[in-house]
Amino acid sequence: MQLQDRNIYRLGELRPGFHGIITGLSGTDAVVMRLLEMGFKEGRLLEVLHEAPVSRDPIAVRIRGVTVSIRRDDANFIWVQEN
Amino acid sequence: MTKSEYVVKKTFVTALVGNPNCGKTALFNALTHGNQKVGNYPGVTVEKKEGKLASRFLAHFTLVDTPGLYSLNAKTLDEQVSRDVILGNIQGEKTPDVVVAVLDATQISQNLNLVLELLALNKPMVVALNRVDLARNRGIEINSERLSQKLGCEVIETIATKKHGLEELVQAVHRIQDAEKSKVTSSSPQTALSNSPSTQRERMDAIDTLLETVIIRPGSDDKVSERLDTLLLHPIFGSLIFFGITFLIFQAVFSFASVPADMIEVALAKIADFSKIIFAPGMIRDLLSEGIIPGIGSILVFLPQILILFFFILLLEDSGYMARAAFLMDHVMGKVGLNGRAFIPLISSYACAIPGIMATRTIEDPKDRLATILAAPLITCSARLPVYTLLVGAFVPARTLGFGVSLQGLVLFGLYVLGVVFALGTALLFKAYFGGNNTTPQIMQLPSYQWPQFKNLWIGMRDRAQMFLKRAGTVILSITVLLWFASTYPQAPMGATEPAISYSYAGIVGKAIEPFFRPIGFDWRICVALIPGFAAREVMVSALGTVYAVENAGEENLGKLAETLSSHWSLATALSLVAWYVFALQCLSTVAVIRRETHSWKWPVVIFVYLTVLAYFFSYVTYRSVLSYL
Repeated sequence: MQLQDRNIYRLGELRPGFHGIITGLSGTDAVVMRLLEMGFKEGRLLEVLHEAPVSRDPIAVRIRGVTVSIRRDDANFIWVQEN
Repeated sequence: MTKSEYVVKKTFVTALVGNPNCGKTALFNALTHGNQKVGNYPGVTVEKKEGKLASRFLAHFTLVDTPGLYSLNAKTLDEQVSRDVILGNIQGEKTPDVVVAVLDATQISQNLNLVLELLALNKPMVVALNRVDLARNRGIEINSERLSQKLGCEVIETIATKKHGLEELVQAVHRIQDAEKSKVTSSSPQTALSNSPSTQRERMDAIDTLLETVIIRPGSDDKVSERLDTLLLHPIFGSLIFFGITFLIFQAVFSFASVPADMIEVALAKIADFSKIIFAPGMIRDLLSEGIIPGIGSILVFLPQILILFFFILLLEDSGYMARAAFLMDHVMGKVGLNGRAFIPLISSYACAIPGIMATRTIEDPKDRLATILAAPLITCSARLPVYTLLVGAFVPARTLGFGVSLQGLVLFGLYVLGVVFALGTALLFKAYFGGNNTTPQIMQLPSYQWPQFKNLWIGMRDRAQMFLKRAGTVILSITVLLWFASTYPQAPMGATEPAISYSYAGIVGKAIEPFFRPIGFDWRICVALIPGFAAREVMVSALGTVYAVENAGEENLGKLAETLSSHWSLATALSLVAWYVFALQCLSTVAVIRRETHSWKWPVVIFVYLTVLAYFFSYVTYRSVLSYL
């Protein structure tokens, strides 16, 4: 799959309504383990559903039918491509 | 019948393990029929829930519930404890013979991770594929037979809330236990569990491959939860609803509870009168009518409020709203250096700081955890409620401000807000002192909304009521009786000019410490009641009841403590005492739990001194301001 740089974002900078596919995870092993355990794995589709009222943080993301809340700072470890 | 038929079969232990929000508690309640003991694991404060299998299953084993968890990596204390329970590494606890892994059929992909980790432990195991009804409603079709083949372990479809599949699950547990016993060599649990991002990815790939053949139809997402979230997580409406719900709870605690509370009050006054008829004048009669009955009464009267508060907390938890509240509040918590996970422990602290402090075990970062523990005692716990209710009821006019809002309710709400503000301030202070940042991402699941189960609410409320009454029945009652003796003996000398109590031991001690409390407006009677109040906040109320009942023993006004207080105290004194109760760490159990959780005397001492200084300062400011400006 040819990835176009302009289409790749950090999850932490996105707004509700975004649909995309996870292209990579960054951070320490502990960070990556936690992200994986909660379902954030490369190649999976995700959708940004909501953002909290104060500073639009955290965001609610749906992945594989499971909705999770993640802070924008932590979501920045997740790289996604818009689709 | 032969004698051997009476011999009870040797029971064995089955552990329930599963992700958070997989319906594990409902399954545990259905299997034990609510016949359960809530306690702690030795040495740690992770809640231990144990119960005997309900008799209708015609089988015997003990069920142990473990904290909900996503993996066995043992990153949090809950995960460590669950893992140790399963592996039998906890001293004094029997190693579970069988593990029941609870798998939420609506979230099978995510839940299977833990199941595969459990299977790697090589223990006798059964999978309960729970919530198959919800899955079916969403069009999800799972071939549980094929899942069983692939996992190499029995899979039983269950609907815990409707009690479907429970007999089959119990039979499966027995089958695997019997099979295990007949084995020549028992399988030894594999303790080494190596985990790295690459093994995690491999496991997830394995799950995906496995599910390709097991999931017949993937179904649709939970449309109901989706639509509800559009409203409840809406930046404006969601926030309004959140504040509306919290406000409603406090109004309800204050007004709905007054009817049963009044009834209890009247009944106890009748019992006290009756005891005066049936007992001859003397010490026993006085002990009963002036010590024990008012002592029990002034605590019992608050049971309705505590039940109503817990009803709402359990309702929010059970319905799935609590996680949304944490979502809405997460950034605010982040501002004081805490995370969304701290919201649940702090919310639990509204009921009691002790479960709240225990709930901080889900917070991975030790600094975050300590800051949350130190903030928890400032949250308005239900033991403060009796004191607030008494003083607000006695000194704030019962006026309606329109729209069903009462002035008393508003003042009470204000006290709760004050507690939150100072709890957050305290967290910020200690986090700044500790320094450092989080290392692992804080990710929280927003579970599907579900109708709360009446049975689960009932069991939860019953457990709390039992804990409260047990405390009232033992600690509080003995303190009350002790105080009655201390405030009755030695008796007043002949020709005494002061009320009898001022000659008693309690009076002597109260007067001795009075100089310290005089600048904040407390007289010696309040000082007398503060002494047992240090054992537990709510004892203050029954202590005041005892102090004033003893003093006014001739009058027939035992029940109306509020009226007595409003005629004896100035507004400045009452508000100063309220301020004292907002801050002071008047709870030995909390001190003990902090000691246990932090494994040192340093933090309980630090927080005790810190809160006493705050209490004294704010009581002083309140007392002086009210005296000067009102």
